[in-house]
Amino acid sequence: MVALPDVEPATDRRLVDIRGLTVDFDMGARVSRVLHGIDLSIDKGEVVGLVGESGCGKSVTWLAVLGLLGPRAHVGGIATLGGEPLLGIGDERLSRVRGGRIAMIFQDPTACLNPVKRIGAQVCEALHLHRGIVGERARAEARRLLDRVGIAAAAQRMNEYPHQMSGGMNQRVMIATALAGEPDLLVADEPTTALDATIQAQILDLLREVRRDTGMAMVLISHDLGVVAENCDRVAVMYCGRVVEQAPAERLFEKPSHPYTRGLLAALPDLAGPTRRLESIPGNVPEPWNLPTGCAFAPRCGACRDFCTGTVPPYRAVAAGHLVACARAGFLHHAPSAQSSAVAR
Amino acid sequence: MTPLLEVRGLARHYRVRRPGGLWGRTAVLKAVDGVSFAIGRGRTLGLVGESGCGKSTAARLALGLLPATSGDVLFDGQPLSTRQDAAWRASRRKLQLVFQDTLGALDRRLPIGLQIMEPLDIHGIGTRAERLEKTKDLFTAVGLLPHMFDRYPHELSGGQRQRVVLARALVAQPALIACDEPISALDVSIQAQVINLLHDLREQFGVAYLFISHDLRVVRQVSDEVAVMYLGRIVEQGTPDRLFRQPEHPYTRALVSAIPVATPNRARQRIILKGDPPSPVDVPAGCAFHPRCALAGPRCRVETPALRSMPGGHRVACHLAGETAAAA
Repeated sequence: MVALPDVEPATDRRLVDIRGLTVDFDMGARVSRVLHGIDLSIDKGEVVGLVGESGCGKSVTWLAVLGLLGPRAHVGGIATLGGEPLLGIGDERLSRVRGGRIAMIFQDPTACLNPVKRIGAQVCEALHLHRGIVGERARAEARRLLDRVGIAAAAQRMNEYPHQMSGGMNQRVMIATALAGEPDLLVADEPTTALDATIQAQILDLLREVRRDTGMAMVLISHDLGVVAENCDRVAVMYCGRVVEQAPAERLFEKPSHPYTRGLLAALPDLAGPTRRLESIPGNVPEPWNLPTGCAFAPRCGACRDFCTGTVPPYRAVAAGHLVACARAGFLHHAPSAQSSAVAR
Repeated sequence: MTPLLEVRGLARHYRVRRPGGLWGRTAVLKAVDGVSFAIGRGRTLGLVGESGCGKSTAARLALGLLPATSGDVLFDGQPLSTRQDAAWRASRRKLQLVFQDTLGALDRRLPIGLQIMEPLDIHGIGTRAERLEKTKDLFTAVGLLPHMFDRYPHELSGGQRQRVVLARALVAQPALIACDEPISALDVSIQAQVINLLHDLREQFGVAYLFISHDLRVVRQVSDEVAVMYLGRIVEQGTPDRLFRQPEHPYTRALVSAIPVATPNRARQRIILKGDPPSPVDVPAGCAFHPRCALAGPRCRVETPALRSMPGGHRVACHLAGETAAAA
């Protein structure tokens, strides 16, 4: 585990604090470490984006914090919610946090809803569990919530089953269910990945609106840098079970410092201007049980030097609130960005 | 010069039953309803649209894999039959298809090298030694390492499998490859590798692509021409530059504005459409887009707009095109 500088001391604005979070999966023959000490904090009302490719641990981080990984996962480190510990407090206490103070929505809303229960009943169930509301009051509140998430004719839709609704509508139901517990934090794990472009825009707009009204904080997990850039205050980039860079969103997209972040941005096609040849990151993401020594990105990195493969680079600040885990971050900082040096096609 | 592939008024309707089991009334689902386009040699046509708009069905019709309800497909100026006879089998060699799910497209029990060679065996091209040599050449051309020749599909990553599928599609020297969401299942850094590969292969082998994707950024990157589909019809068609810079159809405008961009400039105006696309069983009368369109007038509710040409070869199916451009 890497010792990390505590950049900002915890304040009363701090909602969730994760320090040195590790997760090991017991695979029988071997134990694979998938998270190597995650440090992440969420302030009240803040939107933090978590980006990275599949398998980098962005979802596992939150599943671990909420105790949803099952008995084969060994979770280490510290996670607190409003100063209270979250890890190792037992299922009973944790289940009051889950859905109550921290709600989570997932990529495939249709798979998350119970196919044989009417959606009204599913929202009412969440209201009963987290706020103890039952009967006609619960139905009235469920109606209000469904109306809130933009479901037209909510009173009638409450009697429908998930298969009668579209994917976008089901995601709205999921959001309504998540809002039922009036959470302080909503963890949205790829909430729009399975949806069409115009529906994605609707859902992201809805999440923005809900946040403005309730002031809840949000973690937006996504592989889409565009979605993150447009919706987040702060962004953390993950690679192979580590946060390799984090910064305020504008800063990150303007001055990306880690070669991996730069690579990701250079790999995105543009929407305007002349078409350039995309700069791809060579190679593949290594498997968690087969990580290279030192910096996990070193074998794919154009700026790699000998010392990169020796030790895991420490996390350091290159500007206020901008942390990078790259031994060469300072030197690369003023080099022309990957995008401007792109070869025109 | 005749285009490589020309499609005129292509339609595919399915008879379906409305909810109600055996007693439900039958209805007609118009998956593709009058689509026309042409692809020149070595060119790329991008087909975009949301799920269920008929883009994959259009590609299958264009490749002769599915009989059309009406309309014609001309390949090299000759009508393409969908009867599975000798002529059809010969045409398979020239028209290939690549899918999103590579693990499903590959045989899990056959080494990848042999799978790439299989089309040559099927079409009886060259001697065994020539086939093997050709396969090995292509193997390196798509960026696979020679020692992977005897590997099995599950031993490769998603990006590598997509290379295998592309090599297999290319080995019999096709004139056209239809790529149905070829990179949607891949991670960002791997997507760029495959997009660049598609570009290089086109330069090297002169193959044309029919490129289907819901990702407009990717379509802009690879296409010479883009067609936007909505509920079985093409609503706008033009060069990627023109289409993305100045979309005419209100639907295209919403699509383009809905693309999230990773640039610090957040001042972009976003058009958010109301509601979901209607079911293709209940296509609205008039312009199919009118219930979600902010600009729809009385005429849009009655009369279906035809795809008409604008200056510069741009084509739009909207009654208001031209007038609305000034307002946007």
